[in-house]
Amino acid sequence: MTFLDVASAVLLLAGAAQGLLGALGLVVLPSLLSRLQAATKPQTLGLLLILAGAALRVPFESAVTLLLVAVFQLITAPVIAQIVARSVYRSGAVRPEVLVVDELAQRLKRSDDER
Amino acid sequence: MTVVYVIVVSMLVAAGALTLVRLFRGPDTLDRIAALDVFVVLIVGAGAVYVAFYQDVSNVALLVAFSLVAFVGSATAARLAAHRERHR
Repeated sequence: MTFLDVASAVLLLAGAAQGLLGALGLVVLPSLLSRLQAATKPQTLGLLLILAGAALRVPFESAVTLLLVAVFQLITAPVIAQIVARSVYRSGAVRPEVLVVDELAQRLKRSDDER
Repeated sequence: MTVVYVIVVSMLVAAGALTLVRLFRGPDTLDRIAALDVFVVLIVGAGAVYVAFYQDVSNVALLVAFSLVAFVGSATAARLAAHRERHR
């Protein structure tokens, strides 16, 4: 059992714990927007930790491929969250009185005026 | 060392089960899309744990393909759901 094995095990454990935390939030949290937080941030961090833990135990070329998975996850997770959140907003499920700032409303209003 | 992997896999399975709860309960289509996206991320993570445990790198390219296909699927489904909401 080398140092790399121990480091990899710690990273895998932390990543799986993050994934579990995110899934728990997905079930427990009350509204769709807050569930979206749980669906993106802990999951991305968890996957990155797991990939780092796996990358420590494979040859260098495969570690680069795992890095590619991490990069794709970092690019795609915000895109999907953005599309879903905008759809939630458009469908009117967001209560405006609980928001402190609503920049999207001003922006949508402006683009409607220009039309 | 095997104990660590058993713990990791059981945590991932528990997370997957919780995600499936959200997937079945809904209540909205967008909820289900978010849950499905999380589920795919968990599957990719489980694949990475497999790679780490067996040190078998033949499946690493599959993980890349899977995450990209999942992105296309989730983005398309989310756009379709948004389209439907707007025309309701």
